[in-house]
Amino acid sequence: MFDPLTAEEWRAVALSLRVSFWATAVSLPLGILVAYALARWRFWGREVLNGLVHLPLILPPVVTGYLLLVTFGRRGSVGAYLDQWFGIVFAFRWTGAALAAAIMAFPLMVRAIRLAIEAVDPRLEQAASTLGAGRVWVFATVTLPLILPGILAGAILAFAKAMGEFGATITFVSNIPGQTQTLPSAIYAALQVPGGETQALRLVLVSITVAMAALLVSEWVSRKVAKRISGA
Amino acid sequence: MSLSVDLHHRFDGFTLSARFDVPQGVTVLFGKSGAGKSTVISAVAGLLRPDRGRILLDGVTLLDTDARIALPPHRRRIGYVFQDGRLFPHLTVRQNLLYGRWFAPSSAGPADRPAFDRIVDLLGIAPLLHRRPGLLSGGEKSRVAIGRAILSNPRLLLMDEPLAALDEARKAEILPYLERLRDELRLPILYVSHSLAEVARLATTVVLLDAGKVLATGPAAEVLADPSVAPLVGLRNAGAILTARLAAHEADGLSRLDSSAGPILLPRLSQPLGSVLRLRILAQDVMIATEAPKGISALNILPCRISAIHIGDGPGAIVQLAAGEDMLIARITRRSVQSLKLTQGAAVFAVLKAVSVAQENVGFGQP
Repeated sequence: MFDPLTAEEWRAVALSLRVSFWATAVSLPLGILVAYALARWRFWGREVLNGLVHLPLILPPVVTGYLLLVTFGRRGSVGAYLDQWFGIVFAFRWTGAALAAAIMAFPLMVRAIRLAIEAVDPRLEQAASTLGAGRVWVFATVTLPLILPGILAGAILAFAKAMGEFGATITFVSNIPGQTQTLPSAIYAALQVPGGETQALRLVLVSITVAMAALLVSEWVSRKVAKRISGA
Repeated sequence: MSLSVDLHHRFDGFTLSARFDVPQGVTVLFGKSGAGKSTVISAVAGLLRPDRGRILLDGVTLLDTDARIALPPHRRRIGYVFQDGRLFPHLTVRQNLLYGRWFAPSSAGPADRPAFDRIVDLLGIAPLLHRRPGLLSGGEKSRVAIGRAILSNPRLLLMDEPLAALDEARKAEILPYLERLRDELRLPILYVSHSLAEVARLATTVVLLDAGKVLATGPAAEVLADPSVAPLVGLRNAGAILTARLAAHEADGLSRLDSSAGPILLPRLSQPLGSVLRLRILAQDVMIATEAPKGISALNILPCRISAIHIGDGPGAIVQLAAGEDMLIARITRRSVQSLKLTQGAAVFAVLKAVSVAQENVGFGQP
């Protein structure tokens, strides 16, 4: 069972990494903005935004997948428009898998970053403003560096969640080898075939390895960053 | 430079209604905690928006609620030294010091800018430049915070009890630096304090604040020698300041200082001859005699004239004495006022039981 991975298995692993990377990278700026808004701004509809962000955490993933299909499918309300005007298609493409993963991981990312922002002492930001820094500069030179560990934690969490996302992905973009078959989909597919347990187990080991590696890297990086910031 | 402040603000059952001007030098905003000092200083910095008010700095309107003008803090060019330092933990001391320089307007030419090396020298923080704030001592943090505010090239420096969080030894470490700043950088400072010792040592001008109102304002020596102010600052602490020049070190271990009212002898001082010192004389350490006392151990006896008598509610009285060009206050009993038949204008002698040096050296900071 310790044979090297087959080409198809490699494709699933590579696809999962690619989907998770883009899902995390593209949603990160929006995640920081939403976390900042929820932590610091008092605006009408704040609770509604908070609810919307957290919805994918509470809904059954299959419901999220279905909603994505209805919205971003080729005939979906937004999807048809995107296809017609920009030639962007999410349905049954790896980009769709990334979209599904990003939405499922978004609440975790926002929570981690929001906690970090709430932990920043606003008095430091006041001090920066008396030294001549406007709001954007205060954010860039004081808030952002101080919440870096939180951003990192949020990004790693989102990446890990994206690696494991299954329900919404398979509902939205199906399970096409080489196209939308991520690691969890591949494990699921292997289990559907009689005698596929060995293949499934190999993929499970890969999955565990990737998750552990992500965790260790994040621990290491956040310890380094925290040390820099604590000023020791 | 001039700052004029006129503020009205109400919150949590507290009403602040304060109006005063800040001239050159160090203006100490003095009062008990809860008097409204921090509210005033926050409003001047722009961190608090008062209900109503006007603040003008060098003719520039920083705040005018009637005209709906409120400059945000980062455009006021007012340096603020916070009580807790508030150094940026993710930056080195050098980066902290240079933080404000990024934003200082380029119109202020290099000649205007306080030179980095000079300020670092003045505050004695050169050995700390590569450290991070996390490992600095309280006194070191205070000095870095002061340097950071000055290097942002402000038009006015606000200091909110910068010494309150420090122990006596650290205070003693910082105070000389503050005096040097006052005397060497012609930067006006608005300094919040509830310590009379700091007022006596640093203040050029005093604004006395109580329960949200300005009770007295003027040159430090005048306000501290105002008999009606004494009960407000606490009778034990009330005291006037006297300026004197160190004239000679005598053979028996005493130093002679010349004040405008006469010589004063103190145990040997370490300052060089010719230094101008500020002496603090507590009201409870001054006795009054109607004739020149004979056969008395006290060395310091100054001829004075009674300029005011303030009778309190209790058994005490505060007598203000004109001693040469300076003022003293004495805390005595009403009974003594009556039995000695003290009246305004009477010539008397002040017997000083204790004199302390409030300030090392009076420099250019004098108005």
